[in-house]
Amino acid sequence: MNNITSLCVSLATLLVWPVAAEEGQPGKATFSADQVVEKSHQAFYAAGADMKADVTMELITGDGKQRTRGLTMLRLNTSGGAAQKYFLYFKEPSDVRRMTFLVWKYPEKEDDRWIYIPAVDLVRRVAASDRRSSFVGSDFTYEDISGRDISADTHKFLREEKLGSNDCYVMESTPKETLDYVRRIAWIDTTTYLPLKEEYYDLRNELARVFTADTIENASSGAGRGEIPTVMKRTMRNVKSGHRTEVTFKSVSFNVGLTDDIFTERYLRQAPSKWVP
Amino acid sequence: MGAMIKRWGLCLTMAACSLLNTPAYAAPQLNGFAEWRGGLRLGGDAHQSNDATLDEARLQLDSSASWKNVQFRGKADFMYDAVDSEADIDPREVSAAISPLSAVDLKLGRQTLTWGVGDYLFINDLFPKDWKSFLLGRDDEYLKAPSDAVKASFFSDIANLDVVYTPRFNPDRYIDGKRVSFFNPRLNRLAGAGDAFAVEKRDDWFTDDEVAARISRNIGGFDAALYGYHGFWKSPMGFDAISEKATFPPLGVYGASVRGNVVRGVGSLETGYYDSPEDRSGDDPLVPNSQARVLVGYEQEIVTDFTVGGQYYLEHMMSFGAYRASLPNGTALADEDRHVLTSRLTWLALHQSLRLSLFTFYSPSDNDAYLRPTADYRIDDHWAASIGANLFMGESERTFFGQFEDAANVFASLRYGF
Repeated sequence: MNNITSLCVSLATLLVWPVAAEEGQPGKATFSADQVVEKSHQAFYAAGADMKADVTMELITGDGKQRTRGLTMLRLNTSGGAAQKYFLYFKEPSDVRRMTFLVWKYPEKEDDRWIYIPAVDLVRRVAASDRRSSFVGSDFTYEDISGRDISADTHKFLREEKLGSNDCYVMESTPKETLDYVRRIAWIDTTTYLPLKEEYYDLRNELARVFTADTIENASSGAGRGEIPTVMKRTMRNVKSGHRTEVTFKSVSFNVGLTDDIFTERYLRQAPSKWVP
Repeated sequence: MGAMIKRWGLCLTMAACSLLNTPAYAAPQLNGFAEWRGGLRLGGDAHQSNDATLDEARLQLDSSASWKNVQFRGKADFMYDAVDSEADIDPREVSAAISPLSAVDLKLGRQTLTWGVGDYLFINDLFPKDWKSFLLGRDDEYLKAPSDAVKASFFSDIANLDVVYTPRFNPDRYIDGKRVSFFNPRLNRLAGAGDAFAVEKRDDWFTDDEVAARISRNIGGFDAALYGYHGFWKSPMGFDAISEKATFPPLGVYGASVRGNVVRGVGSLETGYYDSPEDRSGDDPLVPNSQARVLVGYEQEIVTDFTVGGQYYLEHMMSFGAYRASLPNGTALADEDRHVLTSRLTWLALHQSLRLSLFTFYSPSDNDAYLRPTADYRIDDHWAASIGANLFMGESERTFFGQFEDAANVFASLRYGF
């Protein structure tokens, strides 16, 4: 109920928000800092009604040793886009083949997470208390994969500048609670609202991790619905250890018609062959 | 029984019909691993001739294919066991899965089945376990032995129903004295490889059968389930004085579980009533009494990559007075209540390629414990190595973990996955 209320409030705010600037607001846009981050969140984590993608993660050490994770990702927006459900089916390496993650993500409470271990036909609940944990050993946290609750940070507009040839809003987000980082600086494309770069500063206020959106392409948004700009390749680099994770999306399509029942124990135990060939 | 066969017949006919309408595709894939695993007894065991607990090379081949809308899966272990100098094939899965209706899934054949919410503790999961593999330090995968069964799952918005029918009883791969000595109450001492352990077979098709069912649904983020089981004690817990053989007495189990996010972790609760119909009054010392079992668990990632879990488990014997009165003089008395506490500490490091874990069972009523430390290291995407130990301690050789004290072992493995 809370989610619906907050969604209604933010929608209402979007409709009636005046064009006038306030402190920390981008110059040429009509949105507040919070709304820029909200739009970016929507573009990056919740585009379309649903999404299907084949994902490859390369975990690369400072001295070049490489490990690969391959998975199929299904995402469905629920509660009018305020919440998401994720289905992650691992294809490689061999020790995690057919292992499946199911996540029901809520904006303002802990996720429900399940993992299926095929060798013993076991469905386990996974404690979701630490959203800052690494996702399958990569440099991305769970939050980096599925998005951080916007209201958990204070957002500030710093400046507008070009990153390469793209006009960007440079935003600063400061977590309200103590985390492994104290601030995030994000370069958000003024047209697509995709984050092109993010810098995470650790508790010593030193640069710790850098996210870059390396390739952006248009992906099909369903028949007759045009295309959605999508980050097809992204990298998260741990500046201190030199470790980095490169994530490549392939065969991305939006609005493919995923239904709620796919995101249940039934398909956790037996992946839906229509979506996970 | 007749009605059940008719129903299955109907389901199979529908499955066959749905085959006719779908295109055939999907070539088989072949995956698996090759592994060597060795284990060594830490102390001596007078009842065992070999100090090596494991010395085996194993090749697992896992293949799946689909034809029309049937998914086939075959998985088998080919192994050479140097402790017993013998080769063996262990078919782990030979199954066909189909959805004859949009809300029905069927899976037929050899398959591994698991449900319930305990961590290494099972109340309503009466599918076969391989306790010997567990105590010797094989991979966790081998704690579950496969079932030869039909699983039918029915899905609806109200609840889901799973029914597993096993036409011929699948017992646990129980401790029988080979490699792991145990306390045999008939001999009133520890029994090992040289001691005969006669077990009455329970292998008649459709008479020695098992039915397990679960009704489950998600209620506000919590996984809730009701369970029922009709079959037999999974290990030979009974004794037939005439044939002088251990037996698998009949057993019915009725239970429930719930699991979900609690505070900042995951909480779980499971209960079950074990109805032992051959000794409901509790006065037959050769058949286990009925029991009430309950477990409560909690797990939380307390700091990044470090997870702590704990469980409390209670096994309460019904009709304890009748049991006590029935025992011949001088026979050791089991407790009315067996309490067990468990803890699991898991630490992930080196980008989760190193996993250190310590699982501990401790029973304050039996005054015994079982520690299982393990370290698993993923060298790269193919190679993995692990070491670990199974450590048992107890004041008495008659208690659940205490009886295995001489089986304390260390183990190591090297695996190549493909």
